[in-house]
Amino acid sequence: MSEAEMRTVLLDELAGIAPEIDGAAADPSGDLREEFDIDSMDFLNLVTALHERLGIDIPEADYPKLFTLDDAVAYLAGHG
Amino acid sequence: MGLFKMPSLGADMEAGKLTEWMVKPGDRVKRGDIVAVVETQKGAIEIEVFQDGTVQSLLIEPGATVPVGTPMAEIAGAGEAATPTAAPPPAVPEPTTAPSPPVAPAPVVPAGAERRVSPAARALAGERGLDLTGIAGTGPEGAIVHADIEAALKGAAPTTPKQSAPKQPAPKPAAGFDFGAMRTAIAAAMARSKREIPHYYLEHSIDMTAALAWLGRTNESRPPADRLLAGAMLIKAVAIALKRFPEFNGFYEDGQFRPGESVHLGVAIAIRGGGLVAPAIHDTDTLSLDDVMAALRDLTARVRAGRFRGSELSDPTITVSSLGERGVEALYAVIYPPQVAIIGMGSIVERPSVVDGKVAPRAVVTATLSADHRVSDGHRGALLLRKIDDLLQEPEAL
Repeated sequence: MSEAEMRTVLLDELAGIAPEIDGAAADPSGDLREEFDIDSMDFLNLVTALHERLGIDIPEADYPKLFTLDDAVAYLAGHG
Repeated sequence: MGLFKMPSLGADMEAGKLTEWMVKPGDRVKRGDIVAVVETQKGAIEIEVFQDGTVQSLLIEPGATVPVGTPMAEIAGAGEAATPTAAPPPAVPEPTTAPSPPVAPAPVVPAGAERRVSPAARALAGERGLDLTGIAGTGPEGAIVHADIEAALKGAAPTTPKQSAPKQPAPKPAAGFDFGAMRTAIAAAMARSKREIPHYYLEHSIDMTAALAWLGRTNESRPPADRLLAGAMLIKAVAIALKRFPEFNGFYEDGQFRPGESVHLGVAIAIRGGGLVAPAIHDTDTLSLDDVMAALRDLTARVRAGRFRGSELSDPTITVSSLGERGVEALYAVIYPPQVAIIGMGSIVERPSVVDGKVAPRAVVTATLSADHRVSDGHRGALLLRKIDDLLQEPEAL
């Protein structure tokens, strides 16, 4: 999957968690936990959803590599 | 014949609006079944029935707003209902009981009948020794609500509710929450708490290094769907500790403390856009850590979707409020009446600590206890926080 497609998937899952936030307007290099106002439960749900949808296992130790939209897209593209 | 009534889903609730019936006359129900959805200031709540039986008649129509305690349906008990045969329940009312009130429209208070008074209003009137006769009710169907008592105490005639705050642009609606109404409900409950409950506060720093190391090892081999969060460990530790400290787990009502029969730990969950609710994880102390985590996940998802159950709102015997990873180090929470304690957990942070005579970086969480001095003292509160600390030092035993 290309980075553009990964970004679409990621924003889609984030929209499910934070429906009131416009993902397209979020700062792609900002901390997505701040941009989308998500807590550790939301983040775990995001990781779970990405695992189920893309088959990419994201170990807990790698969570910091997904803390911005740009980093997360790169990580997913590199593992998908 | 039992009456299914509009339940009280917290000290701050005076009335609820029936959104939909999940049952119809003739349906068999058992304790715990969801029979109705009621809209309150906390969103749409699924209401469970507390007896086994057969729905005899529905007394109010969807759309009606009625005070807490209003009969909503008649339920024939298992003994008095038609014996379990294939035949539908008889259409005629049972001869042994008084004639049933007509089904719909919503019942009006007959002249001379018991006045409808919301629990909050009754409590305030009782507290100030106010006689309810002669007080005009401005609530649904003439019910006396909290504002009426306040007005009577001021000697002023009840007026239409003040809309003092200028209308702010409403936040984007999430799952049907009315944020203004929720803020009003939170304000009422917290003002009552600060007015009535003599709070005392304790604070204790808990080393989470062992707990987080265990958590990391455990989650390493698990798929995301089965992973645990530190928050689940904190909740489980609190629930276990409470068994030794029953004076923090229960309700203060009518001038006395009533210990909870079980630990139904309320978890404060923020609602996107503003506000929070603290529904219970039932029998928290008896659940495994995995079950606590599953319950926490389920509850969070349902709160965010605006769909939780009446018993989850009315049952909490104590509340835990965790700030999570993006919070600050400590919070001093306000007790949710009629509960008698609330435990605050700050964010887990890395701090220098002295371990075996050397300064070392350690993961620590600041646990606070706000408790009701009418029921307990700081000495016991301190022992409770220390017990929680001890339990978290042996995470594999949680």
